[in-house]
Amino acid sequence: MKRACLKRFCLLAAAATLFAAPAFAQDNTITIGMTNSQTGPLNVDSLGQQRGEEMWRDEVNAAGGIKVGGKSYQVKFVSYDDQSVGGRVQQLYTRLVNQDKAQFLFSPYSSGLVAAAAVISEQYGKIMLDGGGAEKKPFMLGNKDLFMVITQADYYLSGAVQALTQKNPHAKIAMVYSDDPFSKTVLAAAKEQAQKAGLEVVMDESYAPSTTDFGPIVNKIISSNADAFMGGGHYSDGATLARQMYEQKANMKWVSILVAPGDDKFGELGAPALGVTVPSQWEAQVSYKPDFGPTTSEFAKAFEDKYHARADYHAASGYTAGAILQHAIEHAQSIDPEKVATALNATDVTTFFGHVKFSTDPGSHGLQVAHQMVLAQWQKVNGKPGRQVVWPTAAQSAALIYPISASQ
Amino acid sequence: MLGIIASLIDGVLVGLVYGLAAMGLTLIWGVMDVINLTHGTMIVAGMFALYLLTTALGVPPYLALPPALVGGFLVGVLLYWVAVHRMIGRPPLMSLLSTFAVNLVLIGIGTGVWGTALFNVAVSLPGVSIGRYTFPGAHILAAALAAVIAALLYLFLHKTRLGKALRAVANNREAAELVGIPTTRLLAIAVGCGVALAGVSGMLIGTLFPFTVLSGDGYQLKGFIVTVLGGFGNPIGALMGGIALGLLEGAVTPFVPVSWTLVIEFALFVLVLIAFPGGIFASRRGAL
Repeated sequence: MKRACLKRFCLLAAAATLFAAPAFAQDNTITIGMTNSQTGPLNVDSLGQQRGEEMWRDEVNAAGGIKVGGKSYQVKFVSYDDQSVGGRVQQLYTRLVNQDKAQFLFSPYSSGLVAAAAVISEQYGKIMLDGGGAEKKPFMLGNKDLFMVITQADYYLSGAVQALTQKNPHAKIAMVYSDDPFSKTVLAAAKEQAQKAGLEVVMDESYAPSTTDFGPIVNKIISSNADAFMGGGHYSDGATLARQMYEQKANMKWVSILVAPGDDKFGELGAPALGVTVPSQWEAQVSYKPDFGPTTSEFAKAFEDKYHARADYHAASGYTAGAILQHAIEHAQSIDPEKVATALNATDVTTFFGHVKFSTDPGSHGLQVAHQMVLAQWQKVNGKPGRQVVWPTAAQSAALIYPISASQ
Repeated sequence: MLGIIASLIDGVLVGLVYGLAAMGLTLIWGVMDVINLTHGTMIVAGMFALYLLTTALGVPPYLALPPALVGGFLVGVLLYWVAVHRMIGRPPLMSLLSTFAVNLVLIGIGTGVWGTALFNVAVSLPGVSIGRYTFPGAHILAAALAAVIAALLYLFLHKTRLGKALRAVANNREAAELVGIPTTRLLAIAVGCGVALAGVSGMLIGTLFPFTVLSGDGYQLKGFIVTVLGGFGNPIGALMGGIALGLLEGAVTPFVPVSWTLVIEFALFVLVLIAFPGGIFASRRGAL
């Protein structure tokens, strides 16, 4: 009996050792560590980011790797499922650094998880490219190795405020948003920008992320006499709000919702989707002339060929995180973290994702200062709901429809 | 004023659906003292059954209810044999853990197959308007169907031989066995009925709101509040509890910031537990 127990223990220990065995960096390999939310509520957006990162890795490796001083490095990923939970993120990033010997890190998806991961990356002095968290708070703490490739949360609704001001300078806005750090930051900044532009904010409330029925909230929006709506949060809440505002005939002339309308599945709502605007980090209709990496059409086609799905902005930001790291390593001509950090600080480059440049101010180090978002609107495209870029006007793929009833 | 009335009506409509969603949970608790932690996932299963039947097979949304009832019942019986049967008579924590484990497996499979992407079943029915406020037709019909299903459950439990046997098992299992009632079979039937109710409520909710694989958590949470309000093990009380919760949401929202709604709901939950440990609408004659 004792021997059997001992045998089981040895087997378990051997199995654990196998799983826990550290991955030692090989001479011609760059190991990049990250977590993805393969399960949990952030799964959809995180999957887009993960696919973008993997596509960059596969393209780089197929082209011979990252070239440094006559040597080529193949890119190797080590990734884990963080289950959309901050606590898991900290455990796993510690493991990525200590056991998997990751030389560089990519961020998880969402502001909350990035803040959790940044604690670990800074503690171990590892460079982390943030392609999934837009909240600026982690960048105001004096971090030196964190670099955000996307536009920060403060500017998410700037385009919506500008476009609405142009269409109706007397608009009355109801701001109703999820009670989470990202949404609260976005809407606080939007409120300030709207008030500066002379718009009236007649309702400003947050709801619990677990809210399932927005009926009484929609009635409250109607009672506030608002004619424009800005808010939402992440996924099902944004879609439910759009559907209930339509079904309860809230008669909003303008609706901007965060995140949810950025996914193609939002179109399944049908008529309630039409007219809804969404701030987007990237849309396939916007073409920048890249200094580095693929063009927009090359990226979009390669993504669709590989995954049989349209690339969204999460996929584009994931790819860009990789491309910017590659750009910095090739400019530094070294994989030494200090030299790569110096190159990242000097980065001023345009990719298919747009212009990327990081703040070097010690009070906001690593924050994105050049990239600009666009505003997309769900309109009828060939008889079906589809997203069109409507703001800024220079990047328009279709004219902005206002009031939105005209699109339904 | 009209806005407040509209919110109250809205609260009753959605409260009836909350009540139906909690009925299955409280039925299983009433018969065998088992808290079924797969309840939220079974509600989601109802939503996905609706989605698949309407989009893949073209079945009209409300005609999908009978197959959902039958399918839910069969799934429930299977759940009983897999996760509940061996836990009967053991400490409540055991059944809690076993249903929790099954729930994790089901959510894992669901996430693997569908991810946490959003699904929507478009239902277009004419609504009713009072001034600027509109009550969507789908909400009115879902509330009416929830009330009808609750009435049918009441008739089943009180007027049929099988229903009476279920109540006998709920009140005193040993005595029921002594008079020849096959209790094991009835326990399986009770779980079947509970899951069937969860599935049907999921279908009705699926006609109202978009959903994801993870949507069940919110309804399960509300199910606990409704169960406490309505009285443990009292399915009809659950319907009353659902209406009370919906009314509370409707009454509170116009006056306080909406982020406080959940705080007030759970404060009420604690108060009711202190003042009425068996629930406000607890049956004096025992469970069911």
